[in-house]
Amino acid sequence: MIRVLMKSIREYKKPSILAPLLVSMEVIMECIIPFVVARLINQIKGGCDLGMIIRYGMILIVMAGLSLSFGAGAGFNCATASCGFARNLRKDMFYRIQTYSFENIDKFSTSSLVTRMTTDVTNVQMAYMMLVRLAFRSPLMLIFSATMAIIMGGKMALIFVIVIPILAVSLFLVMKSVTPIFKNVFKKYDALNNSIQENIKGMRVVKSYVRQEYEKAKFERSAEDVCADFTRAEKILALNNPMMQFCLYVAMIFVLSFGSYTIITSGGMDLDVGQFSALLVYNFQILMSLMMFSMVFVMVTMAEESAKRIAEVLMEETTLHNPEHPVMEVADGSIDFDNVSFRYSEHAEKMALANIDLHIKSGETIGIIGGTGTSKSTLIQLIPRLYDVTTGSVKVGGVDVRDYDIETLRNQVAVVLQKNILFSGSIKDNLRWGDQNATDAQMKEACELAQADEFVMQFPHQYTTHIEQGGANVSGGQKQRLCIARALLKKPKILILDDSTSAVDTKTDALIRKAFSEYIPTTTKIIIAQRVSSVQDADRILVMDGGTIKNIGTHEELLKTSSIYREVYESQNRAGGEENE
Amino acid sequence: MNKRASFSKKTAIRLIKTLFEFYPVMLPITLLCIVFNALISSVPAVFQQNIIAIVEKSWQSRDWNGVSGQITKYVLILATFYALSLIAGFTYTRLMATITQGSLKKFRLKMFNGMEDLPIKYFDTNNHGDIMSYYTNDIDTLRQMISQSIPQLMISLVSSLTILCIMLYYSAWLLFVVLIGIFLMTKVTKRIGSNSAKYFIQQQIELGKVEGFVEEIMNGQKVVKVFCHEERTEEDFDRLNDELFSVAERANKYANTLMPILMNIGNVLYVVVAIVGGILLLSGIPNLSVSGMALSISITVPFLNMTRQFCGNIGQVSNQINAVVMGMAGAERIFNLIDETAEKDEGYVTLVNAKEENGKLVECKERTEVWAWKDEKAPEENRYTRLTGDVRFKDVDFGYNEEKTVLHDITLYAKPGQKVAFVGATGAGKTTITNLINRFYDIQRGTITYDGIDISKIRKSDLRRSLGIILQDTVLFTGSVIENIRYGKLDATDEECMEAAKLAGAHDFITRLPEGYQTMIASNGANLSQGQRQLIAIARAAVADPPVMIMDEATSSIDTRTEEIVQKGMDALMHGRTVFVIAHRLSTVQNSDVIMVLEQGHIIERGSHEDLIAQKGKYYQLYTGAFELE
Repeated sequence: MIRVLMKSIREYKKPSILAPLLVSMEVIMECIIPFVVARLINQIKGGCDLGMIIRYGMILIVMAGLSLSFGAGAGFNCATASCGFARNLRKDMFYRIQTYSFENIDKFSTSSLVTRMTTDVTNVQMAYMMLVRLAFRSPLMLIFSATMAIIMGGKMALIFVIVIPILAVSLFLVMKSVTPIFKNVFKKYDALNNSIQENIKGMRVVKSYVRQEYEKAKFERSAEDVCADFTRAEKILALNNPMMQFCLYVAMIFVLSFGSYTIITSGGMDLDVGQFSALLVYNFQILMSLMMFSMVFVMVTMAEESAKRIAEVLMEETTLHNPEHPVMEVADGSIDFDNVSFRYSEHAEKMALANIDLHIKSGETIGIIGGTGTSKSTLIQLIPRLYDVTTGSVKVGGVDVRDYDIETLRNQVAVVLQKNILFSGSIKDNLRWGDQNATDAQMKEACELAQADEFVMQFPHQYTTHIEQGGANVSGGQKQRLCIARALLKKPKILILDDSTSAVDTKTDALIRKAFSEYIPTTTKIIIAQRVSSVQDADRILVMDGGTIKNIGTHEELLKTSSIYREVYESQNRAGGEENE
Repeated sequence: MNKRASFSKKTAIRLIKTLFEFYPVMLPITLLCIVFNALISSVPAVFQQNIIAIVEKSWQSRDWNGVSGQITKYVLILATFYALSLIAGFTYTRLMATITQGSLKKFRLKMFNGMEDLPIKYFDTNNHGDIMSYYTNDIDTLRQMISQSIPQLMISLVSSLTILCIMLYYSAWLLFVVLIGIFLMTKVTKRIGSNSAKYFIQQQIELGKVEGFVEEIMNGQKVVKVFCHEERTEEDFDRLNDELFSVAERANKYANTLMPILMNIGNVLYVVVAIVGGILLLSGIPNLSVSGMALSISITVPFLNMTRQFCGNIGQVSNQINAVVMGMAGAERIFNLIDETAEKDEGYVTLVNAKEENGKLVECKERTEVWAWKDEKAPEENRYTRLTGDVRFKDVDFGYNEEKTVLHDITLYAKPGQKVAFVGATGAGKTTITNLINRFYDIQRGTITYDGIDISKIRKSDLRRSLGIILQDTVLFTGSVIENIRYGKLDATDEECMEAAKLAGAHDFITRLPEGYQTMIASNGANLSQGQRQLIAIARAAVADPPVMIMDEATSSIDTRTEEIVQKGMDALMHGRTVFVIAHRLSTVQNSDVIMVLEQGHIIERGSHEDLIAQKGKYYQLYTGAFELE
């Protein structure tokens, strides 16, 4: 996992190495300065030779300058390293996600991907910053101070041999008891935020059912729960500080009492006063560096979960690969399903599609009708290779879709998805998704075909009208028509509409189909619809049921042969039939 | 700049006030513990110094017995102080943990409770991601500030003051030198600190942009794939990501350099104090101090140590600057959310259970099948009106904002048990009408009455309770299927819920789910189709059993064949209720009592299906449109 993340350091290796180096030098300065200071004090004590004082002062000022530049340099490099690492992580995740197939996308929810790319990356960034700055600093300090303490104190330093393990073990115990609580509470915290999100989104439902009080009570319960767990964890963490202080105090008292005893009884032979006070200083430094180390430890454990979640995204292998020698051209719009079966996951018991044999000629118009959950969408998603078949093969233009360059294939097979989305930006920006270089005239033409031009022209800013995120400021029907226009701009050989006119009124729906047959007659068109009227003039209509093609034929044929089709037709035309009489 | 500063001062005061309100007893105790801890932590140094002094004096004499009494005394005093400081430290860190998390919880509750009471307009006009970030980012910044900055600032303040007092006790001259240094340090801190704070706030903004972009693209990832638009989105993402990087890098650079700069100013200050001390000692300028002591070596040395300590304190304070600035920005946003005006409700007519006695409606406690409106202000004899579901619009005008009227002169009535349908192009104002009946929005002109009572007089919660709404976008909540159905009536039994599901035609597919009614619904609803979700929403409305139902494209995602099957249930559901139906599919509305054809906010045709077909107007066109073209 660490290795996966490390790959994202790349161009920030230099600052990542430089920062700890500079930190080390800063630490060295920090450790030498007290020495010089001690000398300076001795000078003052010794009788105030102003010249010497100034000389030491000068040395100190130079050292302060050095320490400052090392410190600042470390700070700069550390900022670059950690922010850069974070940037690369975000970038790598985003790029990775772009390679995902539909199957991969289905695995992650949108909100989890967003959290991974923001909060989780920030956590890792913070931990990385701590690592770069402190991972060297505290051990260095520890080693330096311990060495000095041993040199200075001799036997006295033995106290650290006793105190440090005690402190280390108790810090470890604290961490160990806190980590599982944190892991657990973060899950609850996610759930809490999820319920807030649901409330924001579903406020109309909450208010319609007058469930504000109910939601408040529900929220309070989970908020209490989260609060209790966090408090528990933080209370344990809060032990760190007093614990460290306790060890410090014990060591202090030991050094003070035992130290003064040693000095006096040995007459300064085993320990002198200068060493004695220095011991007290190092005592403090040793425990401080241990404390810092434990802080790094906390940060890293807290970031561990985040790192895992990021690595999950980075390690997810796309399930679709471009073939080695891809076919770069689609000959025509013919489609062949040869004994195709498909299931969404290996563990799925039921085949979503079973033994489909279907041959569509280039330029044909195919309608598909069937109840919800009869795998209509699944069927058409195999054509642009959004999923790979489980068995059998799908051919477009006579070539297996798995042999095409994916981009070539998808540019020739335009799908207007059922759950379609416009992006924030102008109408033109959105249309250009279909063709980057589309001219204004081409865009207008596509919109005319999709019956979108009329309403677009009524907008005050026409084609430059800003579309809000998710197309929130256009109606469902308008959105669908813009989505169709966007797909048309690709000038595909195959056009698939997956229930893409459900929010468009019957008349406009008919106009769209009429435009299709007049202006793009050679394009193979596949139309999934709920309304019989949307498909009844198709060359052939498929009736899907339970993952198989139940019937196939023209409108007239199906009325005779297919009971399902007849039922659907009658349900939609009963009153109309009366009227026609 | 000044204006903003004063603004955040107001926020700071309010934040502190709020925290005290949350913990009126515990917070002062904690703060006292912190002060106590800071005070007694600076005392041991004195005793330490004493012991060293004794040792210095007597180490040559080797007379341990002579001094052991004194040393033991000091060690014991020291140990006592240590113990006290430990107790205070232990107490305040634990109390602080409770206060931090408790305050966050209370803030969350305040925000959430306030939010639940906001009008729908707030949710329609504010970006949902933005509202969400109050609960995530802003709360996070608050946590940082309460748990770390506040205690740290307190400790530093107290110990700085203590040190200053001791300094003044020793020597005013040297203190003066130290003060100059402090002045310099505060200047630097302010300068660098405000720069880093500026970039940190910018970083939050950029982070928000990246978040928004990622959310939008991830939502439409399948569209990106279908259009092979990966590279383009990568370019767009890179731009935002690089922007975030450059701001974050700058913010952190400023923040990271502040510490070394302050530390080394401290070092230089130390030298300067030493030199000035030396000069003063040599030149014999009389000392100025509270203690009246003459300047001597025994004063200069501890003074130097205190200078170091003092600089350390300033460093600690500066470390918290970013946390404080970001915390304040977060607090300000949180207060903004809390301060949003709640939905007003001046209604006084309430919905009560009733029964008939001697031909008169009487209120009763037990649940009866009869409901009545109770008008507090009406005279005794006609205080109660039976709830029947008679809804009338009279000359209603409405616009979402002042400038643009969306509905014009809407007059319509729905008698109890009638089915009224609205048809028309998208954007004609169909959904808007339903928004008015339940008072999600208030009308600008005209009146809407419910059972003859102006709906503005009815308490909103009671009005809405009497209306069942099935919305265009199906919203289900995380939880099991049965919990979602029960949402319509919280005290419904399992049997009632299943009955409702059967009525809605949802029972069959629910029983086929892996865990039947106990199947968990994920928040994005990935495990159910759109149509299945709609069926559950219908069941939810059915269990609520309201006299008036509004169905806004309730069956749009259910295929007509299933709808046919559901239709019976729907008919049963609609039976005896006043129903408003909005549908694109004309087959859904044909059997309505009245069909209203809306165009650009006007009702242009009304009548039964047969009437409208006979009229050969817009409805006729809509209805026959498909055939006309053949």
